[in-house]
Amino acid sequence: MHTHTFTLDGQVVAFTEGQTLMEAATAAGVYIPHLCHHPAFKPHGSCKLCTVKVNGRNCSACTFPAQEGLQVLNDTRELNETRRMLTQMLFVEGNHLCPACEKSGDCQLQATGYALGMLDNRFPHFFPHRQVDASHPDILLDRDRCIYCELCVRASRDVDGKQVFGIAGRGAGNQLVVNSPTGLLGDSDLQVTDRAAQVCPVGAILIKRHGFETPIGQRTYDRHDIREVSLAREVPAHD
Amino acid sequence: MLFILNGSFLMHTTDTDIIALTGAILARHPADATALLPILRDIQAACCHIPHSAMLQVSEALHIPLPQIQGVTGFYAFLSDQPVGRYDIRLSDSISDHLLGSRELGAYFAKALGVEPGITRADGVVSLAYTACTGLCDQGPAGLVNGHALPRLNRQRVDEIVERVNRQVPLTEWPSAWFEVEDNIRQTGLLLESTWTPGAALRQTLARGVAATLEEITRSGLRGRGGAGYTTAQKWRFCREAGTAETPRYVICNADEGEPGTFKDRVLLNRQAHAVFEGMTVCAALIGAGEGILYLRGEYLHLQAPLQAVLAERRRAGLLGRDILGQAGFDFDIRIFLGAGAYICGEESALIESLEGKRGVPRNRPPYPVTHGYLNHPTVVNNVETFAAAAAIALQGATGFAALGTEKSRGSKVLSICGDCERPGIYEYPFGVSLNTVLADCGAESALGVQVGGPSGTFVARSEFDRTLGYEHLSTGGSFMVFGPERDVLAIARNFTHFFAHESCGFCTPCRVGTALLKNTLDKICDGHGTPFDLVELTDIARLVQGTSHCGLGQTAANPILTTLARYPERYQARLKAIRFEPGFDLDGALATARALTGRDDALAHLAQTETETA
Repeated sequence: MHTHTFTLDGQVVAFTEGQTLMEAATAAGVYIPHLCHHPAFKPHGSCKLCTVKVNGRNCSACTFPAQEGLQVLNDTRELNETRRMLTQMLFVEGNHLCPACEKSGDCQLQATGYALGMLDNRFPHFFPHRQVDASHPDILLDRDRCIYCELCVRASRDVDGKQVFGIAGRGAGNQLVVNSPTGLLGDSDLQVTDRAAQVCPVGAILIKRHGFETPIGQRTYDRHDIREVSLAREVPAHD
Repeated sequence: MLFILNGSFLMHTTDTDIIALTGAILARHPADATALLPILRDIQAACCHIPHSAMLQVSEALHIPLPQIQGVTGFYAFLSDQPVGRYDIRLSDSISDHLLGSRELGAYFAKALGVEPGITRADGVVSLAYTACTGLCDQGPAGLVNGHALPRLNRQRVDEIVERVNRQVPLTEWPSAWFEVEDNIRQTGLLLESTWTPGAALRQTLARGVAATLEEITRSGLRGRGGAGYTTAQKWRFCREAGTAETPRYVICNADEGEPGTFKDRVLLNRQAHAVFEGMTVCAALIGAGEGILYLRGEYLHLQAPLQAVLAERRRAGLLGRDILGQAGFDFDIRIFLGAGAYICGEESALIESLEGKRGVPRNRPPYPVTHGYLNHPTVVNNVETFAAAAAIALQGATGFAALGTEKSRGSKVLSICGDCERPGIYEYPFGVSLNTVLADCGAESALGVQVGGPSGTFVARSEFDRTLGYEHLSTGGSFMVFGPERDVLAIARNFTHFFAHESCGFCTPCRVGTALLKNTLDKICDGHGTPFDLVELTDIARLVQGTSHCGLGQTAANPILTTLARYPERYQARLKAIRFEPGFDLDGALATARALTGRDDALAHLAQTETETA
């Protein structure tokens, strides 16, 4: 079989027809920062952390199809500066108080900030007023931490077959809404075993009573860089 | 007419009423997601909002999850989950209306009605709000009442409106002259001067043959008139070649003319509707489509009935429907779909999402609409003017069309001119015309600058007026806003920046957060709190939004700042404070609640923003 290749930061990367740049890079052991992407779900392309330069143009690696001979830049100073700004934007847009968050140390937003050398939030905070929903017996929805990656939306729709979540509003007024007559999570079909309840990369959807099982300081990203963790999780198993 | 219901809707509506109304509305529409937006528009018109119980009822009837209905309701500016007034008045907030004193008029209007803009009056009778450009820039200040255009507002008209609103006179009894929209055609060309014999281009197409007509379109060099400038024949060919012979195909006319300062499609649809529909039908013949949709922006509700009449006339003449012009198997019809106040739906994939009953969020591409468009089928989406031009080419052949314009920009372009000029209105020119010529024709020789292509386009300064219009030089979808020598460049950039922040769909991080940051930072500078640090931040954020956004909206949202900053850096500098840094957080503003609680307003209850202010 003919092998297709493109170059990623000068390195030759093989890909199979239909793969995205992200999939091919991950398979080759190259980390491209991402938050809304998850290999188990349909690519979304909204967080833009995976912005790479393809033949000189900015593209989202998670949605862009790999093609023969592309020249792709990923780990450059300029792109990482762009990604750091995007991460800072996600921080100031919501209400992210890492020291008081149950997800600290297991949060991909926080870990991405570490990996990109983010030292402050840079931009003025929006301090939005968002509703916290504690109505569900087993699951907490803290909208202050939502980054609109829509992983819960996709998981509930495509895996759980329930369509518990959706995005309403527009622009900076976006909000995560819940499919129940009252709009409360407690009145929805969401169960703690659902993929949608487990998939949140930040601390917006939390399983109650398990927040501190692993002490802070010993959690995933306290001990490992997100680059390694992500690759270890997402590189497809070889036969 | 639904707007009559607005006037007669009971103040104390019971749940039973809502169930009955919603049921009646559902019965009038197909029971699937493609009817969601029309259904919600009807409920909004009948109930002045989308009540929660109606959402549940629609959810059940259409088998659509509730979050999608909430999502759509919250996305479109003309839908709301809280009641607006039975007289729902919206004033255009376009810069062209500002230049005509719309904000002062708005304040007068609000006071006369006894309302706060954006808040429905306690008796539920009336609400007043600002809305994005209504496409009446040549006859502003303009607005809408229950969706119907209200051009040429002034204080006297406002007084008369207030009087009728307070007496609750139904809209049908308001003087019809108040709703008359003028065409203001100042200069005609290939598209505007032709008198159409309905069916002539179609007959010519069938006589010449489908392949030969596509060849004519190719030879004409026609490119999309919406702004992006994609080669029309190429798009049609891709769509024709996608799928199999049995694959359903669609022709969509993008009449969601939302770019502020653009109103040429409004006039084309009013004057040359036959040409537009004929262009769509020619396209259908060429690509093998069975269904056409005209996506008409909600602000152009006043065009709906006249356009329906033209469609009916064409059906009677055998130019739409089954076996068009007696050609067996040539079945094609067109329906009109009304938008509901979302600029982003002018982006073709967002427009398709909107047609499918979703929020207008642009899709990831590839795949493109030509292969995976409406309902995932091959779809051609073209601008109103593109279809009118295609019809002209189908009728007259490519030669005359291609002789006009420049090598890369063939044919003519219809401009909508507004702002500080003596003769605002519609002007058609061959491509390649210089700004100097246009400005002389519209009476604006002393202009400070022109915004070419609307907020997403370019601010062109006086020193550049020898530049010419065309895809290869200065591209425009038609918007041409003139600014006089006394205008404030920052106020213009600020209006446009607010527009983009308001219209961002919120899908991607750089546009959702970045447009809000641009707005806040530019506000800070305009309000006299900006420092050199803020100007650097403004530039960095602008470049990020431009470089990483998901779609054209975000990629152009920073243009107003970047293009004016490049030309008038001194005007930005002049607004800055001498200190290096000032916090974006409003210290004094944060004490407002405490002052209100303690009833204090003395000097010690206030905080200076920086030390220099106290000195």
